[in-house]
Amino acid sequence: MRVYHFTEQPYPDAWDKDPDSIRATLPSKWCDPVKAADLYHEYLDAWQLADELGLDIFVNEHHSTSTCLTASANLILGILARTTKRARLLGLGFPIANNPHPLRIAEELAMIDVISRGRLEMGFVKGVPYEIHPANSLPVRHTERFWEAHDLIMKALTTHDGPFSWEGEFFQYRNVNVWPRPYQQPHPPVWISANSVPSAVPIAQRGHVLGTVMTGYKAKALFDEYRRAWAAAGKPGPVPLDRLCYAGFVGVGKTRAEGHRRGNLVMAYLRTNAIVGEAFKNPPGFIPARPAAKMITQTGSMTFLSHDLYAKDGSNLGEFTKADLQGTIDGGLMFTGTPDDVYRQMVDFYDTVGGFGHFLMMAQAGTMNYADTAENLTLFAREVLPRLTDYHRKRQKEMGLPVPALA
Amino acid sequence: MLDNPPDAAPFVSVNAIKTELVRRGKGNPLVFLHPELGIGAGAPVLDRLAARFDVVAPSLPGYGRTELPRSYSSVDDLAYFTLDLIEMLDLRNLVLVGVSIGGWVAAEIATKTTERVAKLVLVNPSGIKTGGPTHRDMADMFALPQKELEAAAFHDPRHARFDPQAATEDEVYVRLRNRESTVLFGWSPYMYNPKLLGRLHRIKVPTLVLWGASDRIAPADYGRAYARAIPGARFETIEKAGRFPHIEQPQEFADRIAAFAA
Repeated sequence: MRVYHFTEQPYPDAWDKDPDSIRATLPSKWCDPVKAADLYHEYLDAWQLADELGLDIFVNEHHSTSTCLTASANLILGILARTTKRARLLGLGFPIANNPHPLRIAEELAMIDVISRGRLEMGFVKGVPYEIHPANSLPVRHTERFWEAHDLIMKALTTHDGPFSWEGEFFQYRNVNVWPRPYQQPHPPVWISANSVPSAVPIAQRGHVLGTVMTGYKAKALFDEYRRAWAAAGKPGPVPLDRLCYAGFVGVGKTRAEGHRRGNLVMAYLRTNAIVGEAFKNPPGFIPARPAAKMITQTGSMTFLSHDLYAKDGSNLGEFTKADLQGTIDGGLMFTGTPDDVYRQMVDFYDTVGGFGHFLMMAQAGTMNYADTAENLTLFAREVLPRLTDYHRKRQKEMGLPVPALA
Repeated sequence: MLDNPPDAAPFVSVNAIKTELVRRGKGNPLVFLHPELGIGAGAPVLDRLAARFDVVAPSLPGYGRTELPRSYSSVDDLAYFTLDLIEMLDLRNLVLVGVSIGGWVAAEIATKTTERVAKLVLVNPSGIKTGGPTHRDMADMFALPQKELEAAAFHDPRHARFDPQAATEDEVYVRLRNRESTVLFGWSPYMYNPKLLGRLHRIKVPTLVLWGASDRIAPADYGRAYARAIPGARFETIEKAGRFPHIEQPQEFADRIAAFAA
């Protein structure tokens, strides 16, 4: 099992400045660049520590927001490509339908892969609706643009016999010829995030890694659909678990109380993540009118984006942004307590959803300081990860799956 | 899609595009191009206009239940569609009326050809850029909370009332589809064609720019700039109406157009 340390590089000092929106419209006068520099350094130090502890690294990006200072995942990965030694560097990622220049993304990905000597994991995301306005991205036909950008980037990274032209519906280039070529051949592993069951299908058809983020036990339906689509596409054998990824929260401590205190700190992410102006939550066309009409008719609201949390037995635990610590544990979002607690919760979740080969852990959020983050990472790496890795190898054998060599 | 939705108009085929079309009344032909909200067959303004004109009111591609060809992505496409419709119906000497984005479509048509157009009425039209990069001609309708949007667009926001719980799924669908199509045609550049202002001089037919005085999406000065760019155009306001005077003042709206067309 590969476990990746994740933080959004939050700037929590600004979170009390506008009760309606801490994304998209919050003025940057609330950002003190000296404070921001300290935070960047702290967050980079924690990723550095993750590398030393045997964990991997996960970076994402958001725009115009105090919830996430990573306005460019590639910039952060560019730094870590040089300063870390062994960790896989996952960007999940690059909102390729929101970027007007996918060829530039391909060039940057190739650079990161080469500088890191082949440690890039290349994740593409559709992104959340509130990224649409800051990116000036057309919300209509967004999925179509996503796949065209994907196809262009893949062709750009795997073509080595001189320039080709690309005259698509959304992107036009006369001379695509990426230097350097990627270190990993034919290309770095590709990941795509998905939180709805139908979205698993095109990912499985391409054999990419499916990353599902904070979906709780709904992950099982996504993984099942991935397996179904994998077989339907004629891909050989059962789906290797390294094609499946889950992202959740971790708060671990020497005592249960300390672990829960850290878990609560990490939960700041849930409580703040969706504080954004009404109009940004659902740009017209981001969800096509037909399915959107169905959802609105069912919920009676024109802004229908609710994130309910479900327990293992399927019971509804209410809106996930309002869940308490126990609710997030019951909902399969949070793994917290002593190392033993965390291991037990993770194994239970792993078996319930059918297993996965990558776990992305948000081990820092909100105001959690470096000392707590470092302890959180260290305890997980030393006391949970080895047992988890053993369990994962045992389960793969039992499922008749090839067991990858230890990294 | 549901069968026979209550507000739907019959379909015709325009260049193989299945098109919802209201045709009502007797007299000189008048083509009505709806705004972002679309137009229902039951809209009161259509009867007021039909008392004096042969009213032709299509739902443009992407609006109402009219098909949206995959190749469509701009207001220019809507202008060519409307020209196809006008030629198909062999309308001549017509009065061309458009509201808001429909006014933009009408202006684009008139810069291409006025061969079949006798008079042009642009009602709170969008479509031009009047200032520098940081000057915003129109409030961002896609960034305002619903209540603020309604307050800015209407003189009396009660005219905007829509209760999704009282609506059928098909009514909600049409409403969402209209918004989605407006985004497709007007997202960026936001509600204008950089070329249009420089082409308005080509409009040689009598033109009325009619402005709902309570419009707070775009100010009346925007309408005046529009009128100044069209040779000989008149500028008038309608009181107690916002961006959609045909909804808030349907009788006054029809009277003004009839007076101008006479």
